[in-house]
Amino acid sequence: MPLIEFTDKGLYCRAGDFYIDPWRPVDKAVITHAHSDHARWGNKYYLCHHDTRPILQQRLGPNTYQDIAWNEPVYMNGVRITLFPAGHIIGSSQVRIESNGEIWVVSGDYKIENDGISGQFEPVKCHSFITESTFGLPIYNWKPQTEIYTDVQNWIRKNQEVSKTSVLIAYSLGKAQRLLHPIAEVTDKIFVHGAVYNIHMALVNAGWKLPAVQRVTPETSKEELKGAVVIAPSSAEGSPWLRRFAPYEIGICSGWMQVRGNARRKNADAGFALSDHADWNGLLQACRETEAECIYATHGFQAVFTRYLNEHGINAKEVKTEYGDDELEPAELKLEED
Amino acid sequence: MREFAELVMKLGSSTKTNDKLEALMHYFNNADNKDKVWVIAIFSGRRPKRAVNTTQLATYCVELVDLPFWLFEESYHTVGDLAETIALLLPGNENAPNTSKPLHLYIEQLRDLEKQAEEIKKQFILKAWKEMNFAERFVFNKLITGGFRIGVSQKVIVNALAKTINLDSSVIAHRISGNWDPSTITFDELLSEHSLNTDFSKPYPFYLAYAIEEDVSQLGDPKDWQAEWKWDGIRGQVIKRNQELFVWSRGEELMTEKFPEYHSLAQVLPDGIAIDGEIIPSVDQKPLPFALLQTRIGRKNITKKQLQEVPIAFFAYDLLEYNGEDWRDRPLEERRSQLEEVIAATNHPSLIISPIVPFSNWEELARLRESSRELGAEGFMLKKKQSTYQVGRKRGDWWKWKIDPLTIDAVMIYAQKGAGRRSNLYTDYTFAVKDGDKLIAFTKAYSGLTDKEFAQVDAFVKRNSLEKFGPVRTVKPELVFEIAFEGIAASNRHKSGVALRFPRISRWRKDKTPEEINTLEDLKQLLEVYGK
Repeated sequence: MPLIEFTDKGLYCRAGDFYIDPWRPVDKAVITHAHSDHARWGNKYYLCHHDTRPILQQRLGPNTYQDIAWNEPVYMNGVRITLFPAGHIIGSSQVRIESNGEIWVVSGDYKIENDGISGQFEPVKCHSFITESTFGLPIYNWKPQTEIYTDVQNWIRKNQEVSKTSVLIAYSLGKAQRLLHPIAEVTDKIFVHGAVYNIHMALVNAGWKLPAVQRVTPETSKEELKGAVVIAPSSAEGSPWLRRFAPYEIGICSGWMQVRGNARRKNADAGFALSDHADWNGLLQACRETEAECIYATHGFQAVFTRYLNEHGINAKEVKTEYGDDELEPAELKLEED
Repeated sequence: MREFAELVMKLGSSTKTNDKLEALMHYFNNADNKDKVWVIAIFSGRRPKRAVNTTQLATYCVELVDLPFWLFEESYHTVGDLAETIALLLPGNENAPNTSKPLHLYIEQLRDLEKQAEEIKKQFILKAWKEMNFAERFVFNKLITGGFRIGVSQKVIVNALAKTINLDSSVIAHRISGNWDPSTITFDELLSEHSLNTDFSKPYPFYLAYAIEEDVSQLGDPKDWQAEWKWDGIRGQVIKRNQELFVWSRGEELMTEKFPEYHSLAQVLPDGIAIDGEIIPSVDQKPLPFALLQTRIGRKNITKKQLQEVPIAFFAYDLLEYNGEDWRDRPLEERRSQLEEVIAATNHPSLIISPIVPFSNWEELARLRESSRELGAEGFMLKKKQSTYQVGRKRGDWWKWKIDPLTIDAVMIYAQKGAGRRSNLYTDYTFAVKDGDKLIAFTKAYSGLTDKEFAQVDAFVKRNSLEKFGPVRTVKPELVFEIAFEGIAASNRHKSGVALRFPRISRWRKDKTPEEINTLEDLKQLLEVYGK
């Protein structure tokens, strides 16, 4: 029996009797990160990184949580579990599992570039590596984030010159926080949507030092919004909620913006290919550095990615999971206002 | 090249017509004159000849970046645009100094490349890529592959030019139409009267109508209006000037050579004339289905058999120039009666007057409209008798009043990712009807759903694909759609035996199961009634 099985409830470790990011309720769940397609409601026990816990609590309410540091072992039925930074969002971790000398690593979602808040992705040597492949095509190679930040900043300045509000569409957990520092270099007028605000406050209350933001409320005046930046989740796109910001320009921050057609389909004024996922070269680098004997590729372009790996002498298989495409906001975080 | 690339990027990303207009005006005010001529040419469909084919381009790219060809294809199916795929795959060059040459130089070099050896072509392309950043590579590749669809209509180009050089937009539209060679004409020549005096072939910009949405009785007194059958052919202009005949399509393609039937018109038509009408296959003054016209166009050599079986006529309905004089400002009534005289005097078997349909009230016309399909028409054109011949698509004086389309319920069986703004979304579908317990594919359709519906179908396809054949997924036959189409014809190139005219999705029949869809027999009955 392999150390991790792919079951209809999720990735299951029989030897330790626990699941990793299960998509149906189970007794014991190890959580890679707090995005809703990975950390679901209804488990009896959640094990996660220290930084993930406050967000899980904010999202899922009271539950049995255990939080640990990176590289701090926990044992379940003699199976050794440790977490390592995945660089995806705050608290995101790879899960390393060791039993009788066999080592598996579940990547969760990850990116290689250090964004300054999520920790530096750390390659972990293992026998089997389960990797995401959201952007597993060679057309997805990101520009260095500093260049993208400069693009975003220039865009904001251009909007300020004509007294327009800059509305940035970004995932409320992860990209919204990542954007705060580069935005704060241009303006201190940062407004956020309620969904972004809730996560922001959960992090601030947990001790995170982030640039100050204000929640958009019905009382927020037109005058305050002139030249300001608003961060909102993608559920706000095309919604009446945006009307209060007129005149505004809308910019979408997502790896999918790499392809022009996607930006045009969304009717965005600007698209910034800023992603919290590894690009093509990042995925390849991560897979090589694990030195794994077998790579399992899931959610994304897994068929393409595994074929390429196999042609390049790396044994790879595709597996189906029920994780979503979290470069787009899941339905759960719908507008709380209006 | 950088200014042009920036223009293309700006036009592609801006969502407001005004921003596009400004970007174009900025370009026309600042760019090199030779480049400007090419920009007008490119955006009005006058692409330079393809010097390098797309397979060659793709091959140079994968060799350079050391990727297998299948991976290039996968990437292409996701991006939906070959030029962009290559630009995305090439190694980054964003911080390189601006080393690229002006647009017209690249185009001239590409033109000279056509007859060169493969190795020289390759070296040229590789060198050009090296000199360029992402946006420049994209537009450079686009120059080679063609299809500059970047969300800007010819109307916007014309308006931008009109504002830049302070001339009326209808004058500009006329001047940049027709036969001119961007590699020899100067910007000033193109936009001055010069081009009207030297280019005898020049067509007039077509006057186009919108579909009428309100009740036709709102148009007022029927006596003020003229009704003609709306034909399903190719809109065209027959011109004779300087004793030479020119036949233009609405797409501003010179089609004179394609239709030998028209050639003898050069002898019988009076000189200095331009007639607007429909290029359409016809026997005994009755039109044949559009599908037959398609067997004639796109073919270089036309056989005797084709000339006999699918003879092409010209159904004339307007007179734009007579005795070398521009008649567009005269009222339709006057143009029409002169047109009738000319056609009667010409007495040529291929030049037919498109008849006026007499009616005394709108109810009567509505009843007559019911017989459109039997007559090979798709409804009426309603034109104000006092109307001038305007430029482009305008509301008010001319209206299309089309009949409702035919429809059939079908199940989706294949899906493929779309292009452009539908890139990486399954939006191109193939549909099937029932034939006993089998499903028979009979049409593709790409349009008719909202973005939200496309997203839902896309999610369904991703979850329910059965097999993969290249870019095509076979999908669990579950989703039922109503397919609307304008006409139906027999076809031995299709397994179903029928070909549809302008098929599109009219609605998603969530209330129907695949058991309730139409059958091949139903399609054949429609063919029997409307397709013969």
